[in-house]
Amino acid sequence: MASELVEVKNRLELTSWKGIRVAVTGGTSGLGLALVRMLLDRGARVAFVARNRQGVESLVRERPEARGITGDVSQKDDAYSIAIQILGALGGLDVLVNNASSLGPVPLAPLADTNSEDFELALQTNVLGPFRLTKALLGALAASARDGGHPLVVNVSSDAAISAYPNWGAYGASKAALHHLSGIWNVELASQGIGVISWDPGDMDTPLHAVAVPEAGAAALKRPEEAARELMSQIANLISAVRQVGQ
Amino acid sequence: MIPANLPIQRPPDARVLVIDPGGQIRSMLRSRFPMLLRPGDVVVANDAATLPASMFGVHKRSGRSVELRLAGSESVSPDDVKRFSAVVFGEGDYRTPTELRPSPPELRNGDALQLGPLTATVLQLLGHPRLVMIRFEGPSAHIWECLARYGRPIQYSHIPVPLAVWDTWTPIAGPPVAFEPPSAGFALDWRTIDTIRRLGVHFATITHAAGLSSMGDEELDARLPFDEPYRIPHSTARSIRLARMAGGRVIAIGTTVVRALEHSVSVHGSVCETIDRANNKIVPATDLHVVDAVLSGAHEPGTSHHKLLAAFMDQPTLLRMDQALQHHHYRAHEFGDSVFVEKSRNRESSQVTGSIWAATQRPRVLSVCQEARKHEATDFENHARSFTKV
Repeated sequence: MASELVEVKNRLELTSWKGIRVAVTGGTSGLGLALVRMLLDRGARVAFVARNRQGVESLVRERPEARGITGDVSQKDDAYSIAIQILGALGGLDVLVNNASSLGPVPLAPLADTNSEDFELALQTNVLGPFRLTKALLGALAASARDGGHPLVVNVSSDAAISAYPNWGAYGASKAALHHLSGIWNVELASQGIGVISWDPGDMDTPLHAVAVPEAGAAALKRPEEAARELMSQIANLISAVRQVGQ
Repeated sequence: MIPANLPIQRPPDARVLVIDPGGQIRSMLRSRFPMLLRPGDVVVANDAATLPASMFGVHKRSGRSVELRLAGSESVSPDDVKRFSAVVFGEGDYRTPTELRPSPPELRNGDALQLGPLTATVLQLLGHPRLVMIRFEGPSAHIWECLARYGRPIQYSHIPVPLAVWDTWTPIAGPPVAFEPPSAGFALDWRTIDTIRRLGVHFATITHAAGLSSMGDEELDARLPFDEPYRIPHSTARSIRLARMAGGRVIAIGTTVVRALEHSVSVHGSVCETIDRANNKIVPATDLHVVDAVLSGAHEPGTSHHKLLAAFMDQPTLLRMDQALQHHHYRAHEFGDSVFVEKSRNRESSQVTGSIWAATQRPRVLSVCQEARKHEATDFENHARSFTKV
């Protein structure tokens, strides 16, 4: 009985993702990579973005059904170039996952030792980048809502957005800004049928975390695949909640 | 009129010249546009995003520099990114007015144009030495990347600063299929859309691949507008039908919307969920069957956009509109002021209410429309109830 229920649940999840158009930034490593693979496994149409061309090409070779886009979300000039390619690949958009992140200073440093340039990089990547890309894609997301979809923007956040951890100043402050931005945008865009959430995946065994905390043991950290599964479940729940409200 | 020479989509002092059905004319701030709407109306805008449709490169056979401006495509599908009609210019850039740009080298079928990393092959001349059908070589992903990274929006000699892509996207821009901005939509920001919804006005969109407005050649410009593909989503077709049932007006944001909706009616018998190509030209003699009013730019006499506006009013009113635009120093072109024209009472067509919903030129498509209308009695009740919530 239990196995039948699991099978039914899996089938429903497979069905619900089929044809959903998803864009993921930071898609070639850590959570982004796990998410891209899992979305494709479940039938979503996926465009992913990353800075490193070799990394993008490598993932496209592995998953040729995905559209890989080389671009840097921290760069203003890249925002519309990325948006054009996402919309060219998918024709529209249902879910945007702003996952690409910057730590700021590496190694991590107290604020008093943080260069303003490193702080700017964190703000450009973690706040302004998601802001610009979301804004460029807002028309497509609103069109998805008018067509009966339930578009969603996921801004990947951190507990450093809430708690004041020493040495995580640039990252934490930028993620706090992203967290608050998400809340305001969610209220403002409700009338357009677009949801915006800030989501904390927890401490994961990713290249970014390894740079931030080299001494952390991988065993104590969450696997990115587990976090990706949780995020997909969260998105599916939100979409189904919207459907129930809308019915 | 004076050309608007700053790429600001919504300057605070932007104005709109309002021409009502009785031919009365008044000028007001465009930010007050929602005041022109009534509960039950539907506002329909074009959500096409603007492609960076201008690329510089070399005509390989002659070695001469060229600028390629994409002018039209077969469809609004993003998969269809290989074949385009295009205009080719010789040396120079946007600082030279289009009509003074040198001709391109002689173009022949099979010629290659190297546009940065993108190669285009000339497939066919289209009845003019400057107008060609081209095919981009390589996979779709490569073409999209090259357009996005190396293409630039089409520039204008009356705007001294180079336009960036974000200057040309309306706030609601979605599918990147327009070649020049559907600039009437610059007037709509998200706050305005929220406001008009709160007024009980429906907001809907179509996607229409707006083509070039001028090609620097009288003979070519006389052929404008070219056929343009468009898509009307189900939700928009439904909103329009419901608005008409409720006695609301269909208000088009821009000439492309007028063209697409009127084309849909003329071909399918009503505004249906459809993907099609608008090959109609709306001229002063055209009877408008579905659009009741249009918000558009302040266009100069002689342009195809101005001819379209003439379909909304009689000749004396059109002349008075032109005089008022001159008298009040309205700003023309993409980033200029606007006009809001309601169909003149003198232009009401006796055919409108009776015949258009019954026309049967494409039975297969029409049957989709008929199926949709079966549900409209219920839809209409829900629609009417929705106004009580706002």
